[in-house]
Amino acid sequence: MILLDGIWHPSSKIPFDHSSLSPVIIPRGPKNPNPRAPHTIFPPALLTISAPSPSPNQQDNNNTPQNPKKKKKRQIRKKNIIHKTATTNPQSAISQIHGDSLPLTQMTRASRDSDNSTPEHNRSSSRPKSDGPEMRIIVPLQGVVQGRGGLVLGSLLPCALFYFLQLYLKSRNRPSQSRPSSPSPLSTPNDHNPSPSSPPSASGSSIHRTPSRGLLSPRAHPSVSSRAAAVARPDEDSLYYVGLKRCLEDAYHWVDNPDGIIQLGLAENRLSQDLVLDWLEKKAHGALLGGERPDELSIMGLTTYQPFDGSNNLKIAVAGFMNQVMQGSVSFDPSQIVLTCGATPAMEILSFCIADPGNAFLVPSPYYPGWDRDIKWRTGVELVPVPCRSTDNFSISIAVLERAYTQAKKRGLKIRAVLIANPTNPTGHVLSRETLIDLLDFVTEKNIHLISDEVFAGSIHGDQSKFVSVAEVLESEGIDKTRVHIIYGISKDLPLAGFRVGVIHSYNDTVIVASAKLARFSSISAPTQQLLISMLSDMQFISDYLEVNQQRLRRMHSLFVDALKQLGIKCANSNAGFYCWADMSRYIKSYSEKGERKLWEKLLTVAKVNMTPGLSCHCIEPGWFRCCFTTLTEEDIPLVVERLKRVTQGPK
Amino acid sequence: MGYQSMRGNSSQLLSRIAAGDGHGENSSYFDGWKAYDSNPFNPSSNLGGVIQMGLAENLLCLDMIKDWIKEHPEASICTEQGLTDFEAVANFQDYHGLPAFRQALAKFMGKARGGKVKFDPDRIVMSGGGTGAQETLAFCLANPGDAFLVPTPYYPAFDRDFCWRTGVRLLPINCYSSDNFKLTKAELELAYENAQRDNITVKGVLMTNPSNPLGTTMDRDTFKTLLSFVNQKRIHLICDEIFSGSVFNQSEFLSVCELLEEEPSYDRNLFHIAYSLSKDMGLPGFRVGVIYSYNDAVVRCARRMSSFGLVSSQTQHLLAHMLSDDDFTSEYLAENKRRLHKRHGEFTSGLEKLGIKCLPSTAGLFVWMDLRQFLKESTENGELELWRVIINDVKLNVSPGSSFRCTEPGWFRVCFANMDDATMHIALRRIGDFADKLKEDTTQMQNKKRFNKKLRLSFCRLNDGAIVPHLMSPHLLSPRSPLVKASN
Repeated sequence: MILLDGIWHPSSKIPFDHSSLSPVIIPRGPKNPNPRAPHTIFPPALLTISAPSPSPNQQDNNNTPQNPKKKKKRQIRKKNIIHKTATTNPQSAISQIHGDSLPLTQMTRASRDSDNSTPEHNRSSSRPKSDGPEMRIIVPLQGVVQGRGGLVLGSLLPCALFYFLQLYLKSRNRPSQSRPSSPSPLSTPNDHNPSPSSPPSASGSSIHRTPSRGLLSPRAHPSVSSRAAAVARPDEDSLYYVGLKRCLEDAYHWVDNPDGIIQLGLAENRLSQDLVLDWLEKKAHGALLGGERPDELSIMGLTTYQPFDGSNNLKIAVAGFMNQVMQGSVSFDPSQIVLTCGATPAMEILSFCIADPGNAFLVPSPYYPGWDRDIKWRTGVELVPVPCRSTDNFSISIAVLERAYTQAKKRGLKIRAVLIANPTNPTGHVLSRETLIDLLDFVTEKNIHLISDEVFAGSIHGDQSKFVSVAEVLESEGIDKTRVHIIYGISKDLPLAGFRVGVIHSYNDTVIVASAKLARFSSISAPTQQLLISMLSDMQFISDYLEVNQQRLRRMHSLFVDALKQLGIKCANSNAGFYCWADMSRYIKSYSEKGERKLWEKLLTVAKVNMTPGLSCHCIEPGWFRCCFTTLTEEDIPLVVERLKRVTQGPK
Repeated sequence: MGYQSMRGNSSQLLSRIAAGDGHGENSSYFDGWKAYDSNPFNPSSNLGGVIQMGLAENLLCLDMIKDWIKEHPEASICTEQGLTDFEAVANFQDYHGLPAFRQALAKFMGKARGGKVKFDPDRIVMSGGGTGAQETLAFCLANPGDAFLVPTPYYPAFDRDFCWRTGVRLLPINCYSSDNFKLTKAELELAYENAQRDNITVKGVLMTNPSNPLGTTMDRDTFKTLLSFVNQKRIHLICDEIFSGSVFNQSEFLSVCELLEEEPSYDRNLFHIAYSLSKDMGLPGFRVGVIYSYNDAVVRCARRMSSFGLVSSQTQHLLAHMLSDDDFTSEYLAENKRRLHKRHGEFTSGLEKLGIKCLPSTAGLFVWMDLRQFLKESTENGELELWRVIINDVKLNVSPGSSFRCTEPGWFRVCFANMDDATMHIALRRIGDFADKLKEDTTQMQNKKRFNKKLRLSFCRLNDGAIVPHLMSPHLLSPRSPLVKASN
């Protein structure tokens, strides 16, 4: 029997999504042979034959080899695993670039993915260790075994060969491993929480599979918390951040740096800044202190302690602004609002309120790449991607959601909420009223929360499309409101990302009370509050702004999408947001994550544009990229086209 | 689908953080705040209200800030003079912070410490106020369940800022009035050993210097003891130096940075500073906190975490201008110290005239007031009883020592910098009236007490003798013998 080593699921139709280590259901479309399912792209050389049928449930947690022969075999298998990691795992590819040695890469992956090693994680990471079958032979050596060499040549020689390779790897690896075990606060044995910070066990094996986050960054000084280690590791995890960083280091400027990298990865709106500037010029005379105006802002209201969750006046102004953004379809109650310094802390605080460490949210993917950091890091909450397909224009399917829920439950994960973005990010479309009703029904039935991130609510550019907030559906449907929470921020709908204003709007009083208290860690500075109160209360300005901004968005969107189309790049239908979701799969060599990563690298180094690859958004189909066009001017578009041609027309 | 029936369930679906009381606001300490909130003193409209003396806020130099902002309209991006910078600033959301802001902050932090140390702008990490700085450091340095040692009495909000979301614990190092609440090596080691005995991983020591609530600064010897201790145990030291610019007697303040420069043998990776502009610049509304760490991993980690507490770019821009104005900051720091010194002197001498002593202090916006003489009983309950009288009858919101985990009852933290002179005098008068009345009461009480004491004592003796007579037997005394102990 031939067994694909590594990750195996009893039902072959349910492979693991390697990028999240969560089981996802991928219906086998006629055209799509599960490109990211790891086992489909193993080179044949790595298949192993197992003579007696291995029992898939057999687990071997015993790391001490009983006899030398077995030890050798295990080392061979370890070697296999390393190879496989290198070929299938996104993290390893990147870390290879950064010069990490392979065994560390394995560790990195294991530890990255297992925040709280769920049963499933344990299974997948311990499976390679299992030595159930008595006889295992490497396929490329098959010829030797079966034919000419006989037993001695066939088994002993190759084994010895691998043994020496193993020794070599071990010696190469030693310096980086000895460091974490040096005396340091981190490596003091931790009785309470052994897995995150315990030093590598001195088992003598060169490959440690401890799912420990403390081992993530072997080069860093070890005396920090495991959380810090997870956060402070180099940006290898998400290409989204790597791209942003590299773009920052070599940013395009039409005079200073004409060959710099063009930023298409940052959802930031620079189309309508002039309108805000006009307003400031005309209306914001007295600056901070008011000056001649009768309603002079006193210094007392500016510098002294203010309510941590935002001043009442700003809450009223923000509620009014949100109402205008949603075109008057919903009215928001200022007392149900907590203000924070940006949507990032708003999302984190809400997650802290809704879920305990180890709980999970279901998230239709592709989703905004920042969530992995914003939500998971400090809260310990898991995000379970629920894949949407290009054939459905990436719309949410309740059936898939249902299956993901059941799967997660089977894995022992407690699902606390469904997290959606509306308008969606990165795919850029508004959710229909029907979808929202279905989602509400789903969360009510499962008795979980619904978090709706509506930061792009005012940035709709489709002709016929109207944004429907979940709040609006709630009003008309009479559904239990206390499980519904809305995240908003002014950073997208107004070009004031630097001002850091995020909103938690919840119908649940306990959540409001708790998050108002948590807002003490993330308050908005008073001068900014003062300025925004007067700006957001100017209803005429806001409605003018929203209208003009939408016109400009629409124009820019159609120009950009047309330009891409001329290059032969199609975009998913979209009607909202600052970006389009472009299908570049025809430019990737291998239809896989690896191919996508290569294209991304090529775009960054050859074409010198930074786009966000689908894999950092947990898109299961390779080849999709998010391109933000709102940081560009119309004149920049031909330049972007020129740059892209370097990749699309170059030798494939 | 039974929507109605599920309504009740939904609140049970919240996390322990949302449902629990880690925010600490259910403690009796907050009663004082509630009393103040419901009836705040106002010199013009509510003379009988509660005077807020529980908030360490500096309002003495607001006029200087106000004048500066008026004179420098270009610092604000929403004035005609400052509009040119609008586009560059409005969308700026990089968590490193505006370079000019970080440079200005580094310069100011050096200045606030008397210019004796230099700070590297690249190590400066922003956070949402001093509160956020504490939490971020806790997230960076410890895992849930790990502990930090903290000398008592300590700032009560540490329990919330440092522990609430991080799951980190604080273990007290007891300090006593007999040593003027100085940290001693014996107590430090005792606290560490106790933690080890209880199988708690100690990740470091957290301290405020100048101390909140004591208003004292740490002397060189104690500091060196502490530094060698953490260096030897390889644990972290977080120095909260949030009041470093509010030391009236500059020569006395010693920053941890100075010692680190003097003693290169210490492992710098273990030292971290929390700072904020809320106290020294009197700008708590601006929510600017700073983490300064000598540990690269912590800097990197804290910087990424700072996206959860970024300072608005508009405020960064304004402060970059303000703090890089050398003349202004020098003048401000000097004047602030002068005014604090004056206010501190007036307040403590006023108390002294009333026969109330304070712990001698040289820094901060508060004094550590000794009311032990007025306690009916020397327990925490006695202290809280007295405190309730002060809140409800004297109408002053002061903070009782027990909320600072002080080991001895009868101490109170009284803030003096968040009011004008007139209000301070009213507060002093109220304390005076109260003290007079209490002294009368105590003399009466003492007479009564003497009577009571006799009665009680005789009862005690009776009890001891009557109920546990076998205690007297040599047999039961034997467990104290060293022989038995040795056999155990």
